[in-house]
Amino acid sequence: MNVNPLFDAPGPRTKRAFRVANVVALLLLLGGLAWVVLVLERRGQLTAAKWEPFLTSDVWSDYLLPGIGGTLGAAAWSVVFAGIFGVVFGLGRLSQSRVLRGVSGAIVEFFRAVPVLLMMVFVYQLLIVYRLVPSDRLALTAVVTALTLYNGSVVAELVRSGVLSLPKGQREAGLSVGMTHGQTLRSVLLPQGITAMLPALVSQLVVVVKDSALGYLISYAELLRQAEYVATNFSNYIPAVMVIAAIFITINFALSAVADRLARRLRSRTSGRLAPQAPGLVTSTK
Amino acid sequence: MTTLSTDVSSLFAQYDIFGAFAMTLRLTGMALIGSLAIGTVLAVMRISPIPSLQLGGAIYVNVVRNTPLTLILVACSLGLYTQLGIVLADSSSSTFIVDNNIRLAVLGLSVYHASFVCEALRSGVNTVPTGQAEAARSIGLSFGQSLRLVILPQAFRGAIAPLGNVVIALTKNTTVAATIGVAEASYVMKEMIEFRPDVIFLVFGIFAVGFVLIVLPVGVFMTWLSRRVAVTR
Repeated sequence: MNVNPLFDAPGPRTKRAFRVANVVALLLLLGGLAWVVLVLERRGQLTAAKWEPFLTSDVWSDYLLPGIGGTLGAAAWSVVFAGIFGVVFGLGRLSQSRVLRGVSGAIVEFFRAVPVLLMMVFVYQLLIVYRLVPSDRLALTAVVTALTLYNGSVVAELVRSGVLSLPKGQREAGLSVGMTHGQTLRSVLLPQGITAMLPALVSQLVVVVKDSALGYLISYAELLRQAEYVATNFSNYIPAVMVIAAIFITINFALSAVADRLARRLRSRTSGRLAPQAPGLVTSTK
Repeated sequence: MTTLSTDVSSLFAQYDIFGAFAMTLRLTGMALIGSLAIGTVLAVMRISPIPSLQLGGAIYVNVVRNTPLTLILVACSLGLYTQLGIVLADSSSSTFIVDNNIRLAVLGLSVYHASFVCEALRSGVNTVPTGQAEAARSIGLSFGQSLRLVILPQAFRGAIAPLGNVVIALTKNTTVAATIGVAEASYVMKEMIEFRPDVIFLVFGIFAVGFVLIVLPVGVFMTWLSRRVAVTR
């Protein structure tokens, strides 16, 4: 029985009504699906010629696999740098020094408020104007920088709320055995805070993977851009979009599943009851 | 300092920066209405006691949530319009391309954020303990009464904070509409930087501050509101 406060456990008459509604709803959903297929068919989007390219190894080796590599590569670099950025500024926000707290807070709030795309475009143009990196690394650098700044700020908030969600006794215990505030933070609170936040951190990976598709706008060779090349070659936009959507969804679904698993496994790993919630994390795409 | 202020005033004179932000706000407003409408329907589906509706809602949310917004907007423009010939504006009008792109962007943004609206509303319902429904029933309230008087008021209050996050994300995500040529803030910024690379930091600063000025008050207001109406348990 699902725990839903809205509905009573159904009696026999309601059960019958539900069964009827169930069938009607199912027919409506299937009808909608059939209508989509029909429209695609009528517009000639379901012909074999449009789908066949995705069964050839050339399309995969020339376009899609490099695209997946570009997407995952940018995501991987961003995750590493965002982790470092997040721990540094998360600790900064928890520091005893008011100045350090203020500066870290301002940086984190700023990069959380500015859209990732804005930063990506800015960094890209900045790199071009000042010739800071070789031209074949321009787009990757811009994508990774923008993703790092935004997601690093999110990680900083996660670290902070993870530490703040710990029971007060943890900090008191650290201080009472003679550790300084910094030592307590680093060796007692931070490991537990990060453990508590691990599921949220993993779900943030979904955001990183999705946002790497913003690199499309600055011609970074990620999956969406590569799929467009395929679509231009074979004039099969709809199939190309569907195929890469499936790839994105598969990758992100797997990441979400890992996050769920972790959440369940880690529930007993930290001291005290934890319900860590950082504001505005998983909902945002930027 | 004088050069800075001349630069700023020349930039504002030369480019329609306020117009760009007006477009950002317009996209936000329209997509918010759209995503609230679709998201509410989805939330009702997901919390309904009918399994096939629950399944349909769950599939929508999980598929859309895991798809990049950029992909959705490109699919709206190249897929719906270019390939399937679906138009959302009057094709004989002189501003057809602009109108159509804006509406496609609103459609894409609404479809994408509807999944987050749905989850926000659902999390609001989840904040209501089952005991509240049991208590309502035990004092003799009917199903409709307990929904109207006890459960929904608490559910809406619980949903405010997550909805606030959706609004903020949506505001920032309107920048992705630049992908399909809608002249909102990020699009205009890109143009400005390309033509005036000498003042690149200034241009970025103007737009970054613009977003901070839009996003921070929304965040503060929603947090204040959610605290103010919070149900203390």
